[in-house]
Amino acid sequence: MKQFSELISAIEITNKTNAKIDALVNYFETAPDKDKLWLIAIFTGKRPSRPVKTALMKQWCMEITELPEWLFLESYSTVGDLGETIALLLPLPTHQLDLTLSEWMKELKALKPKTDEEKKRFVLEAWSGLQQQERLIFNKLIGGSFRIGVSKKTLVNALAKLTGIDANQLMHSIIGNWDIDSISFEELIKGTHINYDNSKPYPFCLAYALEKELPELGEPKDWIVEQKWDGIRGQIVKRNNEIFIWSRGEELVTQQFPELVEVISNFSDDFVIDGEILAMKDNAVLLFNDLQKRLNRKNVTKKLLEEVPIGFYAYDIMEFNGDDIRETPFAERRKILETIFNSIVLPAQLKLSFIVDFKKWEQLHAIRDNSRAINSEGLMLKQKASPYHTGRKKGDWWKWKVDPLTIDAVMIYAQKGSGRRSSKYTDYTFAVKKDDALVTVAKAYSGLTDKEITEISRWINKNAIEKFGPVRTVKPELVFEIAFEGIALSNRHKSGVALRFPRISRWRKDKPVEEIDTIENVKQLITAP
Amino acid sequence: MGKENELIKFTKKGIYCPQGKFYLDPWFPVDYAIISHGHADHARWGMKRYLCQHDSKAILQHRIGADIKIESLGYEDPITINGVKVSFHPAGHVIGSAQIRLEYKGYVVVFTGDYKTQPDFISTPYEPVKCHTFITESTFGLPIYNWKSEKELQNDLQNWVKTNQANNRTSVFLGYSLGKAQRLMSLLDGCDEIYVHRAIKNLNEAIEGSGIDLPETKLWSADLDKKTLQNKIIIAPPALLGSRMLKRVPNAATAICSGWMQIRGNRRWQAVDAGFAVSDHADWNGLIAAVKATEAEQVYVTHGSQAIFSKYLNEIGIKADELKTEYGDEQMAQAEKETEKAETE
Repeated sequence: MKQFSELISAIEITNKTNAKIDALVNYFETAPDKDKLWLIAIFTGKRPSRPVKTALMKQWCMEITELPEWLFLESYSTVGDLGETIALLLPLPTHQLDLTLSEWMKELKALKPKTDEEKKRFVLEAWSGLQQQERLIFNKLIGGSFRIGVSKKTLVNALAKLTGIDANQLMHSIIGNWDIDSISFEELIKGTHINYDNSKPYPFCLAYALEKELPELGEPKDWIVEQKWDGIRGQIVKRNNEIFIWSRGEELVTQQFPELVEVISNFSDDFVIDGEILAMKDNAVLLFNDLQKRLNRKNVTKKLLEEVPIGFYAYDIMEFNGDDIRETPFAERRKILETIFNSIVLPAQLKLSFIVDFKKWEQLHAIRDNSRAINSEGLMLKQKASPYHTGRKKGDWWKWKVDPLTIDAVMIYAQKGSGRRSSKYTDYTFAVKKDDALVTVAKAYSGLTDKEITEISRWINKNAIEKFGPVRTVKPELVFEIAFEGIALSNRHKSGVALRFPRISRWRKDKPVEEIDTIENVKQLITAP
Repeated sequence: MGKENELIKFTKKGIYCPQGKFYLDPWFPVDYAIISHGHADHARWGMKRYLCQHDSKAILQHRIGADIKIESLGYEDPITINGVKVSFHPAGHVIGSAQIRLEYKGYVVVFTGDYKTQPDFISTPYEPVKCHTFITESTFGLPIYNWKSEKELQNDLQNWVKTNQANNRTSVFLGYSLGKAQRLMSLLDGCDEIYVHRAIKNLNEAIEGSGIDLPETKLWSADLDKKTLQNKIIIAPPALLGSRMLKRVPNAATAICSGWMQIRGNRRWQAVDAGFAVSDHADWNGLIAAVKATEAEQVYVTHGSQAIFSKYLNEIGIKADELKTEYGDEQMAQAEKETEKAETE
C-alpha cells in the first residue's frame, strides 16, 4: 500500500494533468499486476460496496481518542473529509502493516458479511498499523471517493502513454465488462474482452463562438440554423448490434443512459450519430440542472429514470452502415439522418434537431432571443456544404449563444468549500433589496480567481457576524455581479424567483451596497415564455 | 481575582499591567512595551520603550528601527518594574522568543506570546512555568494538529530535496523570514548549498550580530547564474510565491512549510509541489501539556481556536476563558507580509 499511498500523494499535490499522468505511468511501470487492476477498478467506480458504515468508524475513532463528539465535529468541519479527520486524530501507529493494495481490497471484500464486532477488530488493527497517509487511504478504500482529480480520461491518457494503445480503445476496455479475478492487466489493456471495432468513436466537430456580423457569413440559403441545446454533447455508435454512447469528454457513458440504448436498438441500420443528451419530459427540454442529477451515477434507480427521463436531439451523422460519410456535405448528411429517423416510429425521447426556418439574417435575432424560453442556449449556424470536421475549425460552424442575464447583489452568507478548498470560503449566498430589508436570491460558488477567494476569505474572517455550524453571516458589504442563464417565478424560494446557473461574473469593488438591485428589478427580467 | 486585577488588565491597546505600568505585546503605541518575540503581530512599531529577551533585541532593531529605545534581559534573569517582578522564559517559538512571567505579592501571571513545546535544532527549548494565571495562544488548538518530531521532519525535508535532485529540480522552501527560515536552515543544514532570499539574509545577519551561530547560507540574488542554482536549495518568504524572481528558478519544485499544511485541502489549495507541516506553534498535545504543567487556576486563551480550546479545557476541569487579541495567524500573515516587503525593498 505504500506505493499506492505515494501515488495518491503525488497526484493530489499537483494540479497539472501531465504530472498526474507521469505519476500514474510510474505506478503502472512498477506496481504488481493485481494492484494495477485494482487501481483501474477504483478510479472507474468498479469497487466493492462499502463494508463498514461511516457512523461506526466515527464512533470507534471517538472511543480510541476519548474526544467528545463536538470536538470531533469541529475537527471534521475544519478538515472537510471524514476519512482524513479520523486519520489525523488517531494516535501514532504501534506497528507497521505491509499489505499490497490488492491484499487490502481482498480483506475489505471479505469484511462485508462480518459482524460489527469483527469489523471493529479489523479496522482498529489496520488503524494502529498504518501511517497517517496510509490510514487516510485505507479509510477511503472502505468507502469514500478519492476526489483527487483523476478522471477516467486522465487514467486512460496515462495508460495510453504507457502502452501506445489508442486512448478511446483503452476507454472502452476499462469501462467494458471485466472481472478483476479473471483478467490480467495485459489482457485488460489489450482489450481481449472487447471488440473495439464496434465502439470506436470519431473526434467531435466543434464550433467557435460567432465573431462577426451575420451578413458577413454570406447568403442565408447556404446555411442551416438549429437550436443549440444545453445538455451533454454525445455520440451514439451503433454497430453489429452493439450500442455505445460517448461523451464530448471522450468518456463512455453508455451505462448512465439505459433508456437511450433501448430506443436506439429499434433501428435496423448501423450508424454513428452526433447529438445532444438532454433531460426531456413531455416533449420539453428540461434544465441542465435536472440533467445533472443523472450524471456520473453508479446505479440509475427506477425513480430517477421516471423523474428525469433522458432524451436525445440528433444533429449529424458521421457513419452510415459502415461507411464513413464525414466528407459528404452537411445538407446531404442531414438528409440521410432524416431518412433513418423516418424509418421507424420515433419514440418521444428521440428527436431530430429541428431546422430554424428563416429567409433573412435579421429574422434570427428574435429567434435567438427566444431561445431561453425553450431551454436552449442559443443558435448553431452550419454551412450546408461543410464536411464533419475533426475538432475545432473556423468558418463552417458557428455557435451564437444568448447573453447571460445579470444583477448586482450583496454577499450575506459564506461557507467553506470542501476538498482542495476546505480552508477557504468559496460558497456564497447573495441577496438583493426588498423594501428596507434584504432577500436571498442566489447561491454561487464559481467565477472567482484563487486570489480573489483568498482576499474574500480574509475579509470574511474579519467581518463574520454570526456562526451557524459551517455557515458565517457576514456584513452585507461586498457587491458582486451575478450572471445567470434564466429566471423563473418560484414559490419554493423566499424571494419568489429561481435563477438558472447563477455564477459570479465579477466582484464589483466599485459598487456600494446601496446600489444593488431590488427584487422588483429582478422580477422584471422574467419574460413570459 | 483581586491580585490578578492588579497584575493584568485587558485593554483596547493590549494586555496591560496596572501595577507595573507596562503593556505586553501591545497593538497600539504605548509608553512601555514588553515584547515576547519579534514577529510583526507581537512586536509593533511606535512604542516609547521596549523590553525584550537578549536574542530578540537585534531582531527588533532590525525590523522596527535602529533608533528605538530598547533594553533586553536574558532568560530567567528577573528585574523589578514598579514592584512587579518581570522575567523571560524560553518559549521555543523562534530565536529569542520568550514567555513573560509577572509576579506581584506572590501572585504569578504568565503570558506565552507564541510558543512551541517540541524542541527544534535552533531556538532555546520551551520550559513550563508554574503560575496562577496563564495566558496561552491557541493557533493550532484542534486535536487534528499534532506534529512530527524534528528528526522525522528533517528526514522528510531532506528526502524531498534528494528526490528533487534526482529529477534535476531545484528545491524551494517558503516560510516566514523570521523563525521558519532559520528553522528550515537548521533542518536542511548539510544537505546541500542553501540560498536564502535577501529578507532572510538581512535578518540572519542581525541575529548573527548578537552572537548566535546559524547554518551557512548564500544570498539568492536575481543576478545569479541559473546553473549555480540548479538542484540547490532556496529558502524564501511566502510572499514570493508566484513572483517573477521565483519563476526564474530553473525547474523549481516549491514547498510551503506551515502547520496549516497538516490538512490535505490546504496543501492542494496552494498549487505548489509539496506542503510540509512545519510549525513554530504548539500542537494540540503540546497546548494541553503546557496548560497542565503550569497548574494555573485560570487560563485565558488567545489567538487561534480560542472558543474550542477554552471549551475543552473547561470540560476537563480547567477554568478557561476566551480572550480577544490582535495577534494571530491572519494578523501575522498581514503584518509579516508588510514587514517582509519592506525588508525586501
